[in-house]
Amino acid sequence: MSDQAPGWKDLPIGGVIDHAGNSFEYETGDWRAARPTLDKNKCIDCLQCWVFCPDGSILVEDEKMAGFDYQHCKGCGICAHTCPVDAIEMISEEKVGEVEIDEWGVKKSSPPEKGDQG
Amino acid sequence: MTNMRALTGNEAGAYAIKQIDPDVVPAYPITPQTELMQTFAQYVADGVVQTEMILVESEHSAMSAAVGASAAGARVMSATSANGLALMWEIVYIASSSRLPIVLAVVNRALSGPINIHCDHADSMGCRDAGWIQIYGENPQEVYDNMIQAVRIAENKNVLLPVMTTHDGFIISHTVERVDVLEDDQVKKFVGQYSPRYPLLDTAHPVTYGPLDLQDYYFEHKKQQAEAMKDAKKVILEVGAEYGKLSGRSYGFFDEYQTEDAEYIVIALGSTAGTAKAAVDEMRERGQKVGVIKLRVFRPFPAPELVKAISGAKAVAVLDRSEGFNAVAGPVFSEVRSALYRKSDIPVSAYVYGLGGRDITPEMISGVFADLKSGRLHEEEAFHLGLRE
Repeated sequence: MSDQAPGWKDLPIGGVIDHAGNSFEYETGDWRAARPTLDKNKCIDCLQCWVFCPDGSILVEDEKMAGFDYQHCKGCGICAHTCPVDAIEMISEEKVGEVEIDEWGVKKSSPPEKGDQG
Repeated sequence: MTNMRALTGNEAGAYAIKQIDPDVVPAYPITPQTELMQTFAQYVADGVVQTEMILVESEHSAMSAAVGASAAGARVMSATSANGLALMWEIVYIASSSRLPIVLAVVNRALSGPINIHCDHADSMGCRDAGWIQIYGENPQEVYDNMIQAVRIAENKNVLLPVMTTHDGFIISHTVERVDVLEDDQVKKFVGQYSPRYPLLDTAHPVTYGPLDLQDYYFEHKKQQAEAMKDAKKVILEVGAEYGKLSGRSYGFFDEYQTEDAEYIVIALGSTAGTAKAAVDEMRERGQKVGVIKLRVFRPFPAPELVKAISGAKAVAVLDRSEGFNAVAGPVFSEVRSALYRKSDIPVSAYVYGLGGRDITPEMISGVFADLKSGRLHEEEAFHLGLRE
């Protein structure tokens, strides 16, 4: 419960949300018990995960799988279930520290992006 | 200018809806309401209204369609009775909490079971706390007048609550009486054009109806509904006065009949108020100082106004046409006595009568006045008037 939330006199009536596109502001990522992680060595960029993700939390760049939006991913695991090459592994939130991933959930053992050999 | 018709209560309701010409009417038949929507359906078939009438498969669907159409931005009306209202139950709350100004005629009928098609107020009293304004009509004239006013009250920007207008099943719904009706254009002008607050069809301003509303917001939205119900009191009086200028028939929260010098007052809703007036007329001829208050608006409940109106009497009886099942008395009694708490010491006597259409006569009401006068008061538990022991 937020002390900053508007009082009853300032809220739109009827529980109506009177402006569009605000679901992005509602960060559902903290519902998650396990998070998807991506092994770029296995990923074939078929984007079936993007098709099936119920929350639009698969990040795509240049038509390639780029990782996960952890602010909104609820950890349902549909992406891991639907991946045809087992490139997505669900990891318990308690064990996140034990796996090396970047902020988008791509495993560090994945080959680096083009040109960057560091 | 007015013109006179001979109409049943249901026909008077249908005639009012015809003149209001709402955008959408979803309806499902149930005795004793059926005749009202059947009559209106004929207006639709004859092309004298522009209304989109939706014949649904149940009352749950009727109220659901009403909510959908109202959220879209339409002016919506419907009618039901008893078990039909009970089947609407879930959506009745959605309508009020979404602040949709739907007008619903409730033709009062006993709730099953055992199954019974005749009048009592169990149906509308069952949703007295559902966030709907409730206006009880005494006769076909009031059925007509209340429905027209209900549109204006519901749609007022300081209210935006749905309104139930009720009339007694069969006693009023199927009884022909004289009804003075307004001209079509007078009604059209009085109700005016509806400008919805958040119409879904306004795609330039998209809104979401019915989102999840949890611990952090639900309470605030309930307070808004409670405040709207308080604000409705002023609007009900303004609309009642404006309607009076138009028709010659003004309306307030309740109607006081011979109460000015009355020592004993009976409070009743609906058609029984007419019966009580007949009893009062007869007793006044014999010099008895008695009067009647016909409570018209039950939600919002006009507590301070009612206290003022009865506080000069020596005792008051409340006639409830529904059983409270609280081991005390009916809902009107509870409200009246609660309103009086620490305001007046006037004794209030509780009666439950007329369940399932059991007749009530002027003689029975004279008996209630006799009880009040002789101090035979039912303050702890309602007396069941007209019941066989």
